[in-house]
Amino acid sequence: MTNSRDSNSVSNEKVGDSDKPSHFDLSRRGFIGGTSAALLAAKSTSVKAQENSESVGVEPEVANVPKTAITVTVNGASHQTVVEDRWTLNEFLRDHLELTGSKIGCNRGECGSCTVLVDGEPVYSCSTLAVWADGKEILTVEGLEKDGQLSVLQQAFMEHNAPQCGFCTSGQLMSATALLEENPEPTVDEVRHALAGNLCRCSNYNAIVEAVMDASKTGGA
Amino acid sequence: MKTFTNQNPGTVDEAIELVRTAREDGHSVSFAGGGTDLLQLVKERVVNRSGQDVPDVLVNLKSLEGVDQVSFSSLGGVAIGGLTTLSNLANNPRILDDYKVLAEAAGQVGTPQIRNAGTLAGNVCQRPWCWYYRNGFPCYKAGGNECFSIAGENQLHAIFGGGPSFIVHPSDVAPALVALDATFNVAGPSGNRVISSSDFFVLPRDNVQHENVLSDDEFLISVDLPAPPNGLKSTYHKVMDRDAWTHALVSVAVVMEMDGDICSAVKIVLGGVAPEPWRVPSAEALLIGNVVTEELARSVGEAAVSGARPLAKNAYKIPLVRGVVARTVLALATSV
Ligand SMILES: Cc1cc2nc3c(=O)[nH]c(=O)nc-3n(C[C@H](O)[C@H](O)[C@H](O)COP(=O)(O)OP(=O)(O)OC[C@H]3O[C@@H](n4cnc5c(N)ncnc54)[C@H](O)[C@@H]3O)c2cc1C
Ligand code: FES
Ligand code: FES
Repeated sequence: MTNSRDSNSVSNEKVGDSDKPSHFDLSRRGFIGGTSAALLAAKSTSVKAQENSESVGVEPEVANVPKTAITVTVNGASHQTVVEDRWTLNEFLRDHLELTGSKIGCNRGECGSCTVLVDGEPVYSCSTLAVWADGKEILTVEGLEKDGQLSVLQQAFMEHNAPQCGFCTSGQLMSATALLEENPEPTVDEVRHALAGNLCRCSNYNAIVEAVMDASKTGGA
Repeated sequence: MKTFTNQNPGTVDEAIELVRTAREDGHSVSFAGGGTDLLQLVKERVVNRSGQDVPDVLVNLKSLEGVDQVSFSSLGGVAIGGLTTLSNLANNPRILDDYKVLAEAAGQVGTPQIRNAGTLAGNVCQRPWCWYYRNGFPCYKAGGNECFSIAGENQLHAIFGGGPSFIVHPSDVAPALVALDATFNVAGPSGNRVISSSDFFVLPRDNVQHENVLSDDEFLISVDLPAPPNGLKSTYHKVMDRDAWTHALVSVAVVMEMDGDICSAVKIVLGGVAPEPWRVPSAEALLIGNVVTEELARSVGEAAVSGARPLAKNAYKIPLVRGVVARTVLALATSV
């Protein structure tokens, strides 16, 4: 849908070099994250509150943080890069590759908006580490369109108004993509089962299931 | 997240060596399977087994060679690598045929995403999901000396075997493994050991901080299941307050050997009701040597709740257990 060119353009770039500020420090997200971290820190001088504020935005750069070199394929492009051991896969994708299609809703395995495919299987990118993705193939929503064409499933999502606010959509698309890859003609129950790990807080489930059923009839993911 | 070092051992011996070195350097260690439980604990800085909020070293067991497979032995039993994902377990055709209770239990954990990442060992060793423990209360599980559920919100807590902590054991897979008479193969710096599933889990009265007999340096490598006898039937029934993505309010694993219409052997193990998988021998005894009728199934359900001691807000679990046990036993015995 968005950004697939960008994802290729950052390939092979070294990231996470802690003594250099990274180039997106002034992005909107970085700004918001930094602001809320500052607000939190201002409210409380306790160490715990300041440490907790880390989770609000991009991690502050810290020297001597354990790092590991990994090779990972993201949306078909190979990345040789260095990641901090503590980065979740989602932090790596969003904050360091700037693939912001997968979302953080809960950051604790309870919403599904961060779903990406690892070696073809949907997982919560908030609940796995980037260093564990070494040698794996990652597919994010940015990798679904091919040559400027939305995937059949993306097209069906549009036609059925499957996104309302759209926050859960990328996660729903990834779970449904994996389903149709494995089972091109699912029943409605099988679709529901496959999407059971993706909440939609707009509660647009019927339209989402219809879109997946429709895509399956028009020929796959 | 606070920092830690991730280590990727290639072999069990390397993993043991990493633990030993970390210990000598005064570092705490956590083992990681899929991380679906562990990373939530680390992010929230929930106090872990070794009494620290964040481990210094994560030993990533997924990098071990050859421990993520299901292998069937020529003698008829099966060895399941501890790092086998729950999805692979739930979809394995022979597990589905011979040990259905295990496939059904694994297939009802959380969501597809949790089952794709979550491992057998991680499921069995997951920490309690008591809301006090998970939200930073200094309870017994966090090294404190209080169980906040006793006078607090105890809707999801234990009706059997509680005290001084009233957590319930959260694993869906554990009751199935106990019902199947599994044995656990464990490795650690002081040697390997084999532990029967009936000895693996511990009640708070014996060890208030830990849910199993593993030392902080030991990890689960694999699980063995005995060959299924002829006429073995099994099933897992899980009751949730929604259809997916949550632990059991009450669950039951039933493994039954049938001789024609007669039940010749049975194990009934409850989940969601006690700090360890909870076997109910007095209910099992009623079944042996008998044809399972509706009336008998009802008495079995009644026997399953004998000795239950509910807290202020979880007495609803008693009729739930009664009904679920009766219904599951009858359905299994009369299934073809
Ligand atoms: C939203 C949500 C819903 C869930 N629902 C369910 C559910 O319905 N049923 C259920 O059973 N579980 C549920 N879980 C719990 C858990 O995530 C899964 O059970 C999963 O199987 C854990 O496996 P893992 O490999 O990801 O474990 P990890 O997170 O890697 O590890 C879990 C714990 O076990 C320890 N550990 C891991 N491997 C080993 C080993 N080999 N030896 C010794 N210790 C080890 C870790 O140090 C950690 O303390 C849920 C979790 C979430 C976040
Ligand atoms: S952000 Fe990962 S499941 Fe909610
Ligand atoms: S469209 Fe809003 S959360 Fe699903």
